[in-house]
Amino acid sequence: MDREPPQTLTRRGFLAGGCVAAPALAWVAPAAEPVPEAMPRAPTVSTVLMINGREHQLTLDARVTLLDALREHLGLTGTKKGCDRGQCGACTVLLDGRRVNSCLILAASLGGHAVTTIEGLGTTENLHPVQAAFLAHDGFQCGYCTPGQICSAVGALAELQAGDASAVTTDVRDPRAVAASALEIRERMSGNICRCGAYPFIVAAIEDVVAAGKPA
Amino acid sequence: MQVFEFSKARDVAHAVQLGAQPGAHYLGGGTNLLDLMKGGVERPRSVIDISELPLALVEPLPDGGLRLGALVRNSDAANHPLVRSRYPLLSQAFLAGASPQLRNMATVGGNLLQRTRCGYFTDLSFERCNKRLPGSGCAARDGNNRMHAILGASEACVATNPSDMSVALLALDAVVQVRRRNGARSIPIGHFHRLPGTTPERDTQLQPGELIVSVDLPPPGFAQHCCYLKVRDRASYAFALVSAAVALSLASDEVREARIVLGGVAHKPWRALEAENSLRGTRLAPEDIQAAARLATHDARALSDNAFKIPLAQQVVARALATAAGVT
Repeated sequence: MDREPPQTLTRRGFLAGGCVAAPALAWVAPAAEPVPEAMPRAPTVSTVLMINGREHQLTLDARVTLLDALREHLGLTGTKKGCDRGQCGACTVLLDGRRVNSCLILAASLGGHAVTTIEGLGTTENLHPVQAAFLAHDGFQCGYCTPGQICSAVGALAELQAGDASAVTTDVRDPRAVAASALEIRERMSGNICRCGAYPFIVAAIEDVVAAGKPA
Repeated sequence: MQVFEFSKARDVAHAVQLGAQPGAHYLGGGTNLLDLMKGGVERPRSVIDISELPLALVEPLPDGGLRLGALVRNSDAANHPLVRSRYPLLSQAFLAGASPQLRNMATVGGNLLQRTRCGYFTDLSFERCNKRLPGSGCAARDGNNRMHAILGASEACVATNPSDMSVALLALDAVVQVRRRNGARSIPIGHFHRLPGTTPERDTQLQPGELIVSVDLPPPGFAQHCCYLKVRDRASYAFALVSAAVALSLASDEVREARIVLGGVAHKPWRALEAENSLRGTRLAPEDIQAAARLATHDARALSDNAFKIPLAQQVVARALATAAGVT
């Protein structure tokens, strides 16, 4: 597969540059907002996060979620914030290898657990099989839900490999009843919303990975 | 989110000591609590992280039953070999709830305590909600109440309990084991959740500071004849309009015992005892099933938007009974 060389102008770099230019446009900005009332001082907590195999010592407001710790404190912006309420799946990461919504986990409660984000799954030169399958099948349009979809698919494949049942498994009593059918994949990916509606290609990409028998 | 003190419990004794402080809230998986804290519905003064306590085991009990630790994740409970083989009804109910990501975090104890998804409760911009602001009124009674209760509701509250797990637990006669400072107690699941009455702010019989440590399942798992059937607005990842947990004990095709519990219809999982009793001794002929289905909604009363739930509940019970009996 031909791929374009890594771009030197990234979206994030462009946006950051845009922020620097913002003062020039200050004349259109509305009047300064009123100063908020003094809040009680937020307790901070120290925690050690193991992200993509690297240890990070952080002191955070106790209210900071894993999602915000990744994006705002560690610069790992691959994980996306969609609804921030556990409904859309855009923030899906792997916690000790299992897919979870990072928006509903306090970073402070995570000490000692290993987190894998989209940045830890593959590299531009060496894509994870699920990343490669999403590219091959166009499993996205705008791409915002894609990191969550891919992390979720990696988790789903591991669950299938372990023989975990789902709501569409015909007989949960039978450990052999679990098959990686399109129906099973759709049910297992229902925690990830795609506003562009790339679902058929996402299912096809995951089916491809199953068929190739590649490691999840 | 309101500021809170954060502490980690070292052991159960430490947890119940910290949990006895006013305004304290235990944090297990956090999937419901953090959501409600972000919305300002829950405003704990202190959050006690219990997620590292050794309460995540599934263990056989001496009487042939099974103990699910309060911190067993929903996905682990659903897929434990002993749950799948001996209590498939419970496995099905777990798998019908939420999304895989949420099931990987949500705990058994937290599932028991999850709060209603009534939109007037979860959204602070609505002024009237007796559950959130006792005495303020109920906006759902004369508002959008399509998802709301048809059984056991009160003037004060028409909210429904959102749990799938709890519906199956009631059909299986589970017992909730609770610890508090200076003691412990067992609460049969049928007494754990409350009807709203005049105090809808209380979902359960749990007292402040009490900590759920396990859910115990008695031996009869109804593994041969059971069905959890959930009807919702989309195929997956949605709360129930109506669900039913049905379990049958059959002897030469005759019903010895039946369990019928409805979900999505009341402030607590709703056991249809009259319907259960009507089936004893029958061979589940179509007319027996229809009679039981009608009895299950005997006391139902519709609100302005949810009259459809009454015939829907009857059809869900009928189909779940037929599926459980294997006569589809």
